[in-house]
Amino acid sequence: MMTKQTTPSQDDIVLDVQGLRTEFLMGRQWKPAVNDLSLTIRSNETVAVVGESGSGKSVTALSILGLLPAQGARIARGRVLFEGQDLTQLSENQMAQIRGNRIAMIFQEPMTSLNPTMTVGDQIGESLLIHRGMSLRDARKEALALLERVRIPAASRRINEFPHQFSGGMRQRAMIAMALACRPKLLIADEPTTALDVTIQAQILQLIKELQEEEGMGVLFITHDMGVVAEIADRALVMRYGDIVEDGRCADIFARPQHPYTRTLLFAVPQLGTMGQGNQPVPFPELDAEGNEKPAPPIADSSIRTEGQPLLQVRGLTTRFDIRGGFLRRIQGRVHAVQDVSFDLRAGETLALVGESGCGKSTTGRSVLRLLEPVAGEVVFDGQTLSKLSKADLKTGRRQMQMIFQDPFASLDPRQRVGDAIAEPLLVHRLVSRADMSATVGRLLRRVGLEPAMAERYPHEFSGGQRQRICIARALAMEPKLIVADESVSALDVSIKAQIVNLMLELQASMGLSYLFISHDMAVVERISHRVAVMYLGEIVEIGPRAQIFGDPQHPYTRKLLSAVLLPDPSRRRMRRTLSIDEIPSPIRPADHVSPKRAYREAGEDHWVMVEA
Amino acid sequence: MIHYVIRRMLLAIPTLLLMLTVIFVLVRLVPGDPAITILGDQASEDALQRLRAQLGLDQPIYVQYFDFVMRTLSGDFGRSMATGRTVLQEVAAVLPYTIELTASALLIGAIIGVPLGTTAAIYRNLWPDYASRLVSLIGLSFPAFVSGILMLLAFAVNLRWFPVIGSGGSGLEAHLRALVLPALNLGLIMTAYITRVTRASMLNVLNEDYIRTARAKGVRPNRLIRRHALRNALIPVITVVGLYFGTLVGNSVLTEMVFSRPGLGKLILGALNSRDYTLLQGLMVTFASFVILVNTVTDIAYGLVDPRVKYS
Amino acid sequence: MTIATSSPRRQSAFWMAFRSNRLAWLGVALLAIIVFSAVFAPWIAPHDPLQQNILHRLQPPSSEFLLGTDTYGRDVLSRLIYGSRVSLVVGFVAILIAMVVGSAIGILSGFIGGVFDRVVMSLLDVMLSFPTLLLGLMIAAMLGASFENLIIAIAITEMAPFARVARAPTISLKQRDFIEAGRAMGFSDSRLMGRHILPNMLSEVVVVGSMWMASAIRTEASLSFIGLGVPPPTPTWGGMIREGFENILDSWWLAVCPSVAILLTVLALNILGDALRDAIDPKTRVE
Repeated sequence: MMTKQTTPSQDDIVLDVQGLRTEFLMGRQWKPAVNDLSLTIRSNETVAVVGESGSGKSVTALSILGLLPAQGARIARGRVLFEGQDLTQLSENQMAQIRGNRIAMIFQEPMTSLNPTMTVGDQIGESLLIHRGMSLRDARKEALALLERVRIPAASRRINEFPHQFSGGMRQRAMIAMALACRPKLLIADEPTTALDVTIQAQILQLIKELQEEEGMGVLFITHDMGVVAEIADRALVMRYGDIVEDGRCADIFARPQHPYTRTLLFAVPQLGTMGQGNQPVPFPELDAEGNEKPAPPIADSSIRTEGQPLLQVRGLTTRFDIRGGFLRRIQGRVHAVQDVSFDLRAGETLALVGESGCGKSTTGRSVLRLLEPVAGEVVFDGQTLSKLSKADLKTGRRQMQMIFQDPFASLDPRQRVGDAIAEPLLVHRLVSRADMSATVGRLLRRVGLEPAMAERYPHEFSGGQRQRICIARALAMEPKLIVADESVSALDVSIKAQIVNLMLELQASMGLSYLFISHDMAVVERISHRVAVMYLGEIVEIGPRAQIFGDPQHPYTRKLLSAVLLPDPSRRRMRRTLSIDEIPSPIRPADHVSPKRAYREAGEDHWVMVEA
Repeated sequence: MIHYVIRRMLLAIPTLLLMLTVIFVLVRLVPGDPAITILGDQASEDALQRLRAQLGLDQPIYVQYFDFVMRTLSGDFGRSMATGRTVLQEVAAVLPYTIELTASALLIGAIIGVPLGTTAAIYRNLWPDYASRLVSLIGLSFPAFVSGILMLLAFAVNLRWFPVIGSGGSGLEAHLRALVLPALNLGLIMTAYITRVTRASMLNVLNEDYIRTARAKGVRPNRLIRRHALRNALIPVITVVGLYFGTLVGNSVLTEMVFSRPGLGKLILGALNSRDYTLLQGLMVTFASFVILVNTVTDIAYGLVDPRVKYS
Repeated sequence: MTIATSSPRRQSAFWMAFRSNRLAWLGVALLAIIVFSAVFAPWIAPHDPLQQNILHRLQPPSSEFLLGTDTYGRDVLSRLIYGSRVSLVVGFVAILIAMVVGSAIGILSGFIGGVFDRVVMSLLDVMLSFPTLLLGLMIAAMLGASFENLIIAIAITEMAPFARVARAPTISLKQRDFIEAGRAMGFSDSRLMGRHILPNMLSEVVVVGSMWMASAIRTEASLSFIGLGVPPPTPTWGGMIREGFENILDSWWLAVCPSVAILLTVLALNILGDALRDAIDPKTRVE
């Protein structure tokens, strides 16, 4: 365990947590969720607490503010010193005077964390009513000023609106305004940017940083993302299973990570361009028990088969969703989710579709499989024109294209044994006889690194990573040539993510699989893909070899997207630029909208960039 | 907001049409010849023919349907065969009694049920919760006529606090005295229902992230419930109470029967006993319109409480 | 709406939660007594429920007639015991029909979606918002009072809620990835509905069924009270109250005894349904 540094006696220490131990009631036993945690935060200092789910980082925040559930949770030991008081000793009433006043907190989900039936202005003004005894009118005036401070455009109109009328980024900015209303000495931010797109994340981080400088407050920043830590924190604590495994200045942690776990976390951050000039996938480094890097499994020179026709040819794929309204439910507009998308995918190749939420990358994947019916375009898979098949033929026609989803728990029927889930497609298509089934299922489970005996278990008995392995085994059962992976590792903790990506790479090398890899996570994309297509508002704005896209981005949107990606290097902070407040535009168009025909120019070998009209 | 109200009202039209169709089909589904059912087996062929012509039964089915819909939409709900008065006249004579009864029941239910349900949710799994859950479960188990009879026995027959029969006597006091027991009977069932729904909804809301946000802001429990939780908790309550309205009307029929109160219930039972099929059909249409009206009002109320509705 | 996923782990948690609910056992015990007396009525009933005896008419409870006699001198206790048969059978069969038909409609409607779903749902909304008792009353009145017609009337009125209950989880399950995964693997719609959606929502439908059986028994009693139930002389609780209500001023037990019987039966079912639902929904579960 890290020994706490001798407590400095300066007055600028805002928060001093000593030996905090928080326990939860599991069955009849109290189990620690946070164990012997000590940290200090000075004014104008940002301390990050980093860890994966279950590390106790959020519990730490709730313990400090006294927001643990009333039953089944307790602070067993330790002191939380703030402004000369031990917060763990205060009554609920005394804590209420501190919360929102001296210590404020912002949460991960700005959508659900705001009251849907109160105007944004009322919610911001409320702290001022409670803690400052302001009149309604003064509180409102102040709320308006706060909204302007967090850069909400047209604040005087927006103040009367409800949270659902705000975009995700704006909601989080409103949350920040709410937290800052009483000029707290300490701000606790619990994964405030995790639910946001990268460009919006960059805006929010920058906003927090600027406001911190103006107010001189201490910030406790909770996150799982080392990129965010590098961007914002002065010091960081790395937590695992309730324990601190590393504690130090940010620059030191990134330059010389001590604990192997810290290094695992660091691998999950995108390197952008430092992946080498080759176009071969690069597996995540894996650590052995001693924390030494295991030699990476060798990757075949190239799994891509260049001869003959590409495995998948997509031409002019267009998918739209009608938006109906009014009494007659007439079409009032359309979501142009996928607009004239074309690409090829060769056998053994991985093409990554990247972009921010709403860019149409998932819809593209589903349209390729015809899980959604595109309105136009052609999909040719393995010489067969998928778009022309009847519904019945489609069932066999897409047997060799499988899909893996984001949430491995949701993609397994909870009432079906894992073995049955893997066997079901084989039985439906009569590919394997019942007699041979258990051998086949066992072989598939072993193929993805699980035990054949596990076939008897139910999905809930597995961890997230194991469930995703099961989903992969189920997809492999059909002996696919193409797997569409829709955010397949995004929901996994970073250390698990690395294992699944490496498994996918290994399967590709040995079986010659092609992947259409849909993701917003640049760290994964830059390792797994041969080529990358950047999508924006339903269109591909740039497509090319991975090294080209990451090393020499051409389209303005690609550049913007990549510049918002946070790097694991505190010395390369991307802040201190003008604070942008751009929103992600909507792909909704009027019903009579005619999409312009786009032209592409060749920026390099196999590297195409959309030409601005 | 005006826009939303108008839209909601216009949306009631297709529902009404659909309901009229259901009623029409239901009435035509009756096995046998309605004319024979009404006049009996002994009626002469001549009389049967005349009745069929009078009821329009000699027309093709689509003409009958069109005729029925058009007449209903123009406000002609038909005429009682027994009294010769129009359905609307019959209804208008007794409607105030039923409205008075159901409205007081709703009021009682809301005044007691909402605070009770809220309290139960706040003291979840403690004695106030158990007590209110048990009481509301018992309240929900009473068929309206059973609770009515027991109340009648206890307070009118034994204690003689209230009149046994109907709205006997004249003057406001007598009128109100006659209202108390029936209104309480319906109102307590309503209370049981609203308590349950409020509790469930409040429990959901108290688990929401924005309640945690409010606590992190330093909002104290009282204000937390009043300002943050209640409004959100009431949104589903309104919907569910709107859906429950049909049951309320059904219960009011039974209540009117037990307490011998005039009202739609007595009217409908009278029509049933005298085989007054045209009145019965007209009453169904009336009920249907009434229910649609209430549902529309509920929806509008919903829009008033939930800002997400009126702007979408 | 919580998504109805009852994995095997949830099932054991479900039984744990159900078993620890003491009130639930009260409901089970009550219901067991009622079902027992309905099944073994001929052996338990002290008298023939149909045997009239003018000499013994309107007798108050006594050692020979534990709950007194009615206007025709029939033993109230025996009629009460036999009356439970009608209530339970009508309630159970009507709910079974409503459950099967309603769930099928709900699953289909939710799964197919689109215009079909909208039409079906607005039809059901119409049925749902129309007063159940009045709808039952109309149907029973038009079809004529009989055992079968009573079941049909109640089944029709109780169908809409089941369709709604089945549709909501169907829609949320349909959006879950395992259904889309099944589709990508070429499973037929009927397989997806029957093998993957139905089992995942069955428990929810059954729980709702136990609650609506209470409501069906209430409706049966109400219709019998109005005079549209199983025709006399078959003893039914609602019919007994109807007869007893005419003599409410001097022979109160005639109305009160069957009232209590209905109340206890409905209460037992409500308690049971409540306990089942609490056990299935972790949010309201008693920890």
